[in-house]
Amino acid sequence: MAYSKKVIDKFENTINEPHKHSVGRWDPKEEDVGTGMVGAPACGDVMRLQIKCKERGNSHVIEDVKFKTYGCGSAIASSSELVDMLKGKTLEEAKVIKNSEIAEALDLPPIKIHCSVLAEDSIRQAIEDYESKI
Amino acid sequence: MKLPIYLDYASTTPVDPRVLEVMKNHLSVEGNFGNPASRSHSFGWKAEEAVEDARFKVASLVNCDTREIIWTSGATEADNLAIKGVAKFYKSKGNHIITSKIEHKAVLDSCRQLEREGFEVTYLDPDENGLISPDTVKKVITDRTILVSLMHINNEIGVINDIKSIGEITREKGIIFHVDAAQSTGKVKIDLADLKVDLMSFSAHKTYGPKGIGALYVSRKPRVRLEAQIHGGGHERGMRSGTLPTHQIVGMGEAFHIANQEMELEVERIKGLRDKFWNGLKDIEEVYLNGDLEQRAAGFLNVSFNYIEGESLIMALKDIAVSSGSACTSASLEPSYVLRALGLKDELAHSSIRFAVGRFTTDEEIDHTLDLVRDSVEKLREISPLWDMYKDGIDMDSIEWAAN
Repeated sequence: MAYSKKVIDKFENTINEPHKHSVGRWDPKEEDVGTGMVGAPACGDVMRLQIKCKERGNSHVIEDVKFKTYGCGSAIASSSELVDMLKGKTLEEAKVIKNSEIAEALDLPPIKIHCSVLAEDSIRQAIEDYESKI
Repeated sequence: MKLPIYLDYASTTPVDPRVLEVMKNHLSVEGNFGNPASRSHSFGWKAEEAVEDARFKVASLVNCDTREIIWTSGATEADNLAIKGVAKFYKSKGNHIITSKIEHKAVLDSCRQLEREGFEVTYLDPDENGLISPDTVKKVITDRTILVSLMHINNEIGVINDIKSIGEITREKGIIFHVDAAQSTGKVKIDLADLKVDLMSFSAHKTYGPKGIGALYVSRKPRVRLEAQIHGGGHERGMRSGTLPTHQIVGMGEAFHIANQEMELEVERIKGLRDKFWNGLKDIEEVYLNGDLEQRAAGFLNVSFNYIEGESLIMALKDIAVSSGSACTSASLEPSYVLRALGLKDELAHSSIRFAVGRFTTDEEIDHTLDLVRDSVEKLREISPLWDMYKDGIDMDSIEWAAN
């Protein structure tokens, strides 16, 4: 599998400096945390994405993000890329992020597009979880 | 130490420099370039002599008669010729073939093709260590069985089947026994005078010879007949036509000759490196060795690192050349069918890495790889949500995962 330099760099930076790349977790029970967990171990990828939000005006803003991913290199790179996109966005803005934006940012090969789809699913789920709490 | 480090010797091996020297002398106008089939001049005679010398060297490694060695383009062709050739020649005797679920694709796909042509194939399950017991073979033999085809050493996990005992059963029943030994030469001793094997496939490039050349052993006593799959010219006793590639054949001959002379010492050395490697890995939490540890060829280690996906580990081990049973490294996006047939859960198959040590592997390379593996496993677990869950004591089988 020939990956783009972008995928390789993103992957390596993420695993080498996890704390700089929002790797981690919060207690999903916290009021201001929304958690999304997608994928399955048997399929070879599982992503857990968490957003920490704050009400600002009449919308909610994603102040911080944490994630962990089990999966191939491009799955890890895709979730890390998504995290960068999310910080500071309102939920409305986050909801319209498309998997194609992640795939393009990383030059994912066609066979790895499903990794970006999974990342998109994880943000949907995390937002849903957060919204169920407010 | 040079990077990257090659630890994929089960996939292919570099040509030994001594083999390359011999090959070079059989190509150009200054060398022995003639067509071995030319009977009318010395160019042909000399080439034929080189081919026959190589045939003798191959036959010597496996202790058979030179007339029992048929050159092919590799083990894939040898498997095709053996399986299809026997099925078609003996179809009036029966239409049932026995093989296993963990054979190489050259065998499985040949059998699938025969199924489309009306043959019936039984695919045996290995035990959890990857071995096919003689008893399981015995149980599925019918009076329509004409062929049993099983591998000697499995290419993914390196376990060694008991082909001696299986041969006793097939010979007694008058069933032809084909063995794919592509991974065996130079790794374990093969004595065809003792084994009751009728057909055996060989490959040069797994034993420090060139790619594109292999051989099929076709027993003369008892005599096994085959229907040729490639026609034209009647080379190789009519069983495999096509001009013989002298340079590749002498390469295979020299490679097998070296294997014959150096196998004992080399196996000791490689086993030492492999054991050192495994000893350095086995204390890591949630690491599993796939396949039987005792009945295993030196050099092979197939290891599952639980809660880490294999392709990401390969990416983290960027200066180490290894392969994985992970779906992400296969074209089909399915995890290894071999590991699944062993009964491994999909997630453990996704997490597997095959390390294969060989002739040019050094102690220093093993040390370096060990450091890198330990470090990468730690990093990838740090980022794995499954590792968190494992550490929290959550039973992952109890979770309803959304399939993607």
